[in-house]
Amino acid sequence: MANYEVRLSGSGGQGLILAGIILARAAVIEKRRVTQTQSYGPESRGGYSRADVIISDDEIFFPEATNFNCLLALTQEACDVYLFDLRENGILIIDTTFVKNLALAAENTFELPFTDIAQEKLGSPISTNIMSLAFLVKITGIVKEESLKQSIAETVKPAFVELNHKAMEIGFELARKYKQ
Amino acid sequence: MLKNEKAKTPVKPKQETVTKKPDTALQELQQKRERKNVLMQGNEAVALGALDAGVNFFAGYPITPSTEIAEILATELPKRGGVFVQMEDEIASICAITGASLAGAKSLTATSGPGFSLMQEGIGFAKITETPCVVVNVQRMGPSTGMPTSPAQGDIMQAKWGSHGDSPAIVLYPDSVKESYELTIRAVNLSEKYRTCVILLLDEVLGHMREAVRLPDMANVRVISRIKPTVPPHWYKHYDENQKYLSPLASYGEGYRFHVTGLTHDSHGFPTNKSSEAGEMMERLRKKISYNIRDLVQIESHQMEDAKIAIFAAGITARAAKAAIAMARFEGIKVGLLRPLTIWPFPDDAVRKMLRNVETVIVPELNQGQLIHEVQRLTKDKSESNLIALQRVNGQLITPNDILRKIKEVF
Repeated sequence: MANYEVRLSGSGGQGLILAGIILARAAVIEKRRVTQTQSYGPESRGGYSRADVIISDDEIFFPEATNFNCLLALTQEACDVYLFDLRENGILIIDTTFVKNLALAAENTFELPFTDIAQEKLGSPISTNIMSLAFLVKITGIVKEESLKQSIAETVKPAFVELNHKAMEIGFELARKYKQ
Repeated sequence: MLKNEKAKTPVKPKQETVTKKPDTALQELQQKRERKNVLMQGNEAVALGALDAGVNFFAGYPITPSTEIAEILATELPKRGGVFVQMEDEIASICAITGASLAGAKSLTATSGPGFSLMQEGIGFAKITETPCVVVNVQRMGPSTGMPTSPAQGDIMQAKWGSHGDSPAIVLYPDSVKESYELTIRAVNLSEKYRTCVILLLDEVLGHMREAVRLPDMANVRVISRIKPTVPPHWYKHYDENQKYLSPLASYGEGYRFHVTGLTHDSHGFPTNKSSEAGEMMERLRKKISYNIRDLVQIESHQMEDAKIAIFAAGITARAAKAAIAMARFEGIKVGLLRPLTIWPFPDDAVRKMLRNVETVIVPELNQGQLIHEVQRLTKDKSESNLIALQRVNGQLITPNDILRKIKEVF
């Protein structure tokens, strides 16, 4: 399989880099080749933030995603900037809590108010990243569900594993319903 | 009196446990290492490489994008009986690692551009006093504080010429997380072998990037330590020449007496104004590098066998080049890559060979022209049009498409 490029984008503090690490680790669990890079401003909250994950069975030369198969955009700004680099037939996943306008209509667009759902079901928007990542994994099938579960357990602090697993299950469930 | 005694007693056993720990604790930690691929960051790989190379002293001042190196060593070094000190600034950091090295430690510090500038005088001191130490510079956009989280390759010349006076330089430049681990070990080894300050340059992207890495067993890691003097203390010369310009190094506290100064010195380390001794010292510093160039220079030649166009790039830019080469070859354009793993001393012979064999050389780099001047130095007999620059300094990487476009322009 050729490179599968994913870009997770939004603003600082939404946990996108953590989501990128979790996705990359899930790929490592499946013994695939992977690179994970990130770009963010000097702020720890606010400003732009993105994480790129490239999964492949061959050697990955350039570590940043340039022509993504899948784009997750959690803010309007991120969606506007990165949508143009989405491949034809690429998958666009947007959080309609923040993304209101679409400059281009991608063929495979999945729209859900992830942040609102997280607020409603988990009482806080903090797990939006894991929920939307689980949604992305279920829709694209780039890694197995069990690998993602294991990766979350290996990456986040023990006290938060349960919460994140719950968010993950919600993400899978949303994807299941969306497909129908 | 009583109070003092009470206060003293609980301290002592604590210190003993720390001194006893290293041997068993280190072995235990190394045996526990997982024999599988793990997701690892570039900075993490540097820290683990330092530990595996036997570094037991780190003094530094945290700075983005190198902070993780200090962070990891702050927790790992004390577990292994090593020392971690957070200094007040980078000038103190380089001085501390030089001092620790003179006392027998393998020492390392990590910084980025602004800190690297502050360290320059100390680096010169380590070089003239021939004291082994390693400086890791995870480069970010400059000048000055620049853009802390953006990549640039602006310190290539500073790594060689940053310190005043002619000074020899050994500078290594990895392009992957795995190589960051390997070249950190190599940097420590070379510093010990050649008794000099070795610099490891990393790109911001590489420092923060994660890749799957399988670390080698400790049995397969080659570690070099400084040669110890075998002569009786009163015969010892601190700067003793032997045929390969590699002289034994005593540490303070071992019974050997020696003088260390930044002034030009004689073979015992005392200041001298004699031109013959000064010239000899400078020659030794130079020959130490130039006589051992085959041991120092490492290059990677990627698909150069039949290439008509060559790309000369280091670090993260070389990875963009490799991707561009794959795309160009798919379209039938014969392109290859020459990548220096050691940028100083500059791989003159390999570059000359490249210039002989190809028609055009593209030099992409994240600065306003540094590596390209070195290539130009070797192109005397060729017209300048054969050397194409591709430069970018806006905090973004040069992408494979940028290079591919350049390849098509010249094809």
